[in-house]
Amino acid sequence: MAVRGIEARGGRRNGLAFLYDARVRAICYQVLTVLLFLLAVGYLAHNTLQNLATRGIASGFKFLYQPTGFGLAMSLLPYDELSSYGRSYLVGVLNTLLVASLGVVLATLLGFLVGIARLSNNWLLSRLAGMYVELVRNVPLLLQILLLYFGVLQTLPSLRESLSIGGVVFLNIRGVFAPAPILQSGFAAIPIAFAVAVAASFWIWRWARRRQRETGQPFQTGWAAAALLLGLPAVAALLTGMPVSFEYPVLQGFNFQGGFVIIPEFVALLAALVLYTAAFIGEVVRAGILAVSHGQTEAARSLGLGDGQTLRLVVIPQALRVIVPPLTSQYLNLTKNSSLAAAVGFPDVVQIFSGTVLNQTGQAIECVAMVMLVYFTISLSISFFMNWYNRRIALVER
Amino acid sequence: MRFVGYLAMGVAAALAAGQAGAGTLDDVKKRGSLLCGVTTGLAGFAAPNDKGEWAGFDVDVCRAVAAAVFGDATKVKYVPTTAVSRFPALQSGEVDLLSRNTTWTYDRDVKLGFDFVGVSFYDGQGFMVKKGLNVKSALQLNGATVCVQTGTSTELNLADYFRANKMSYKPVIYEKADEIRVAYDQGRCDVYTTDRSGLAAQRTQMSKPDDHVVLPEVISKEPLGPLVRHGDNQWGDVVRWAFNAMIIAEEKGITAANVDQVKASSQDPEVRRLLGVEGDFGTRLSLENDWPYKVIKQVGNIGESYERHIGPKTPIGLDRGVNNLWSSGGLVYSPPYR
Repeated sequence: MAVRGIEARGGRRNGLAFLYDARVRAICYQVLTVLLFLLAVGYLAHNTLQNLATRGIASGFKFLYQPTGFGLAMSLLPYDELSSYGRSYLVGVLNTLLVASLGVVLATLLGFLVGIARLSNNWLLSRLAGMYVELVRNVPLLLQILLLYFGVLQTLPSLRESLSIGGVVFLNIRGVFAPAPILQSGFAAIPIAFAVAVAASFWIWRWARRRQRETGQPFQTGWAAAALLLGLPAVAALLTGMPVSFEYPVLQGFNFQGGFVIIPEFVALLAALVLYTAAFIGEVVRAGILAVSHGQTEAARSLGLGDGQTLRLVVIPQALRVIVPPLTSQYLNLTKNSSLAAAVGFPDVVQIFSGTVLNQTGQAIECVAMVMLVYFTISLSISFFMNWYNRRIALVER
Repeated sequence: MRFVGYLAMGVAAALAAGQAGAGTLDDVKKRGSLLCGVTTGLAGFAAPNDKGEWAGFDVDVCRAVAAAVFGDATKVKYVPTTAVSRFPALQSGEVDLLSRNTTWTYDRDVKLGFDFVGVSFYDGQGFMVKKGLNVKSALQLNGATVCVQTGTSTELNLADYFRANKMSYKPVIYEKADEIRVAYDQGRCDVYTTDRSGLAAQRTQMSKPDDHVVLPEVISKEPLGPLVRHGDNQWGDVVRWAFNAMIIAEEKGITAANVDQVKASSQDPEVRRLLGVEGDFGTRLSLENDWPYKVIKQVGNIGESYERHIGPKTPIGLDRGVNNLWSSGGLVYSPPYR
């Protein structure tokens, strides 16, 4: 304080002395840096626009309202050739989200199984899991996608020689054709029953936890919840007289008509993403479990906990603290890797938007920026959620 | 990978301060080689031959331009481009010209910032199906699964055709022609649609070429030709006239074999101008006065190129048809060299 006081007084005597104040200088540098940065950005943006104009390349986002004129292999929204480019963007985003979200869930399940299996005392199981991890994570993902698609799914029987399961589900080179459920009036009772079952299970779980804490008596919450979750909807279905009918796929002309189809491009991409990411998640889980000191397991054993209980109640909660941060990276990788869809013709946002649409409109900068925005948003959301979860499970120290 | 390309392109567009539209010819001369965008491989049009050199009907246009600029048809660096990457490659200056069965459309000419310099092959979109399906006309294709390449005019024509005829279809969309061929061959789709020349070329690569038939319907006009960036008229002229020289050569009966003899003996004023014997026509393009002579000597005329790569005697086996000279009942015509 004293030093600054002297400088301040000096400032009054000499008009330039404030330049020797470390704080003023620091602020000056920061302002200068920001100005230079803004100038550089402005220069680049201005130049880009000018070059686009001199080359006669259209710019702006008006094209989003134009009709696309092309068809898509898979869409979760109603879409046809007259739909706008904007709508094709939504279709692409939803397809990407579908692959990424299913991929994250399945890869987590498989990854945990693999990680635990690799630590198993069973020699065969642990070696198999080890082989799987080494094999899968050392082969580039693109190769695996191409192998699954061209090497496995494209060698399925042709349309007319479809493998049939009971005459209702068909498997061939064009995908899986299954009966599609058609909901009829009164169907609403079933999801309502399910929601009631979920709420009841949650209540039972809390009640059982409190009772165990107070009296020490355990309660089979899992069985009760399972009975509720399956039983209530089933009862509702019976009471309302099964308000669901099925539309069966029928081979007619060139294709199966009706029913529900899962295209092989989707299966190849999803399977490759799950298998690949699960290998990494397996290692993350193994590392997490090994990070929990063996003393914890021994302590749990001496308290009389079984193997499953030790894992579930003692090891995994502590391991999660090590597992969650790298797990987040794996989720982000999986999401971004889903852009390899273009290799097998799955219409994700990259294939549709920075492929077809970019080519039809020629507006590369807009299209690529919009695609980048998608991955940016998804990745930030995942990372935000995982950071929140990480804080929640973190060790609370007093 | 593609993102990196686009990013590079964005940066290039951002940094290239006002250089657009000035001096591609000078850049090419300075560099000492022509950067020519071709397909990633389409038999007969542009594909590496058994010696590993690019060869084909489209490749000959690149060679003609190199012969005109450098007097040496081999001074070309071939840049394989997919249907998707071709336009950004040209826009960003990664290639000096595109010669890769690209359809001349209004939108590409006007909105994408390109100039098409001519038509090297008059084509039309067709459908190929397996003979076993017993389909005789494209109008029987209702409900079919169709394999098509992304980012092409064929993708849009396909949608238009099915909509106009009130039929439905399921598209399966790939980025590379090879992927489509494999998928179609294995039965992922019933129909393969692209330009008829492309279908003919791809059929030769199928496991059993005779099992496939190209349906009679031609559903679109597909004038394929070389294109350059809009705004550099000098460079556009170089490419246009290097290509036209091949047409004029055929009109005048000049071939790679007889060009020396014609040059020595011809009394036809246009031929004498073309081969640089008379006048200073060649230098007006900032090139050597006898550049057309070099084009003809090293590449040959348009008919020779056609017969060599895609004509009836090749595995592609395309009849010349509308791609004959106008004087033989076709559409191929060049403005006069005067």
